[in-house]
Amino acid sequence: MKSLGSIRRSFAPWADPASKPFISVRNVTKRFGDFTAVDDLSLDIYTREFFALLGASGCGKSTLLRMLAGFEQPTSGEIILDGQSLAGIPPYRRPVNMMFQSYALFPHMTVETNIAFGLKQDGMPKADIAERVGQMLKLVKLEKFAKRKPHQLSGGQRQRVALARSLAKRPKVLLLDEPLGALDKKLREETQFELMDLQQELGLTFVVVTHDQEEAMTMADRIAVMSHGKVVQVATPAEIYEAPNSRFVADFIGDVNIFDGTVSAAENGYLRIETGNGFPVRMASPDRPAVGAKAAVAIRPEKIRVSRQAPAHAPVNAVEGEIWDIGYLGDMTVFHIRLKDGRVVKASLLNAVRAVEDPFGYDQQVWISFGEDAGVVLKD
Amino acid sequence: MGNWSRFNIASIVLGFGFLYLPIVLLVVFSFNESKLVTVWAGFSTKWYTQLWHNQALLDAAWVTIRVALISATCATVLGTLAALALVRYTRFRGRMLFSGMVYAPLVMPEVITGLSLLLLFVAIGLDRGFWTITLAHITFTMCFVAVVVQSRLLSFDQSIEEAAQDLGATPVRTFFAITLPVIAPAVFSGWVLAFTLSLDDLVISSFTTGPGATTLPMKIYSQVRLGVTPEINAICTILIGIVAIGVIVASVVTKQREAQREKDERAAFAQ
Repeated sequence: MKSLGSIRRSFAPWADPASKPFISVRNVTKRFGDFTAVDDLSLDIYTREFFALLGASGCGKSTLLRMLAGFEQPTSGEIILDGQSLAGIPPYRRPVNMMFQSYALFPHMTVETNIAFGLKQDGMPKADIAERVGQMLKLVKLEKFAKRKPHQLSGGQRQRVALARSLAKRPKVLLLDEPLGALDKKLREETQFELMDLQQELGLTFVVVTHDQEEAMTMADRIAVMSHGKVVQVATPAEIYEAPNSRFVADFIGDVNIFDGTVSAAENGYLRIETGNGFPVRMASPDRPAVGAKAAVAIRPEKIRVSRQAPAHAPVNAVEGEIWDIGYLGDMTVFHIRLKDGRVVKASLLNAVRAVEDPFGYDQQVWISFGEDAGVVLKD
Repeated sequence: MGNWSRFNIASIVLGFGFLYLPIVLLVVFSFNESKLVTVWAGFSTKWYTQLWHNQALLDAAWVTIRVALISATCATVLGTLAALALVRYTRFRGRMLFSGMVYAPLVMPEVITGLSLLLLFVAIGLDRGFWTITLAHITFTMCFVAVVVQSRLLSFDQSIEEAAQDLGATPVRTFFAITLPVIAPAVFSGWVLAFTLSLDDLVISSFTTGPGATTLPMKIYSQVRLGVTPEINAICTILIGIVAIGVIVASVVTKQREAQREKDERAAFAQ
């Protein structure tokens, strides 16, 4: 048997031009009066993919999910599921199920009858319903709570009932609206991995809406970063983090230092960008912008080195500064380093060794530096 | 609770005195031996026995109960539907106007409601009697039901209806399997309210009645004009008893349910 890891690693249908998308969102626009919630959006999601829609509140991610479920109709454009247009199909005839942010458990029914509700609507024989409900209860480890009502359960248990209920009908696609939003941090982290395992085990397609970037990065095969009703970037978590395609994505996902400047030279796949005050940056980039064009370099804090001595390549990719703030997080320490021109650079150092003494102190003069492929050149 | 000042005690005594002294007097004198209402002549239940043989009064009671049952039930259906429409369809033009119009009968003087209904029945040539009273009662109790159900629906989590549809239930099935059971307590209180309002209505019934349809309040009122008899006191005591039992049962049941719910919730979070 192949391990889950090896399946996951080799899973990349989006890179294969021969594979057909399972869900295809085509030029979908949704307007509420004057407000455009989703703006001419196109997306492809593949079978067995764990797909995350990530964005701040009001970016249109929930509206898109509700259009997939059938609670909203697109103003224009169409959604294709498994080769069939979903236009005009009401929610109760779609082969998708949704897990609601509020869980939306039926308060007057027990855990059991909540889970059985969808199966009953399909007219499944009673014995089969009982069997399936039993499986679902086992899956979410709630066998002992079958006869309880929702208000007799804790938040984590309710979340699992909601999950079991939405999985009971074995939908082709499971839509999850902020599935872990109401759980506390520790439980949320555990549940993230449970959800991933479940999705792999059942071989389902998951579309999850979240505003929590860590959650999206942990769980998803691919992430669509959304802003103002549009998709800004669709890529794997690693690509989104290491190769953001815009200032918005670089800034939205994780921490970043952005150095603005103008291109002064371009050769052999490297750009030289003058960021001002004697701090030139040389960075790998596949693009060849004209000399004099505006450009920005985005570098993650953990890719910045901090040292007492000037590195050999100074002043390229290196600049002197003063330690302004220190944030000790346990696993790492974050330094805010103030350059002479007032810019503040964030650098984070992994605390790989039990520190007896801090390597750097407040007000200390240090050099920050980075490699020629440590960052990414942003066009806008 | 250390504020038993003289002023507070006086307020309570006066308040409850105003509310309940007349009722207490009525109940006490219903057990009076004497035919004179205001003179005590010893304890007796003879007026209650006599009541049982007063066919006209019993007929009136029977009419009242039938009117109340039918009108409360119809008003509950219509009022619930009105509340659903007003809460759910938030985007139609003139919603505020419609909302306001539902509330209007609550403050409309009964004389005007009664008169306008009478004019309507005369205009369309409806024979006045049992059914015109019932129709009139549906009309004026419906808005009370709508108000009660509407306030429940405002705190109703609509995502549970969406969840039901998502799981394959048609809108009609969703209504009967999910919405109705959840709002049932409010619908039931609406029904009880409509029932009691119909039970003790005098003004609107008087306007819309016809031959052969006399409700209990109308009967009592017409008898009182000939002089108050202890018999009237007796029937009023019975009415008060019924209403009091209803109110007490309803509030005890609600209290117990709430207590049970709180206990369950605490148990769930203690785990």
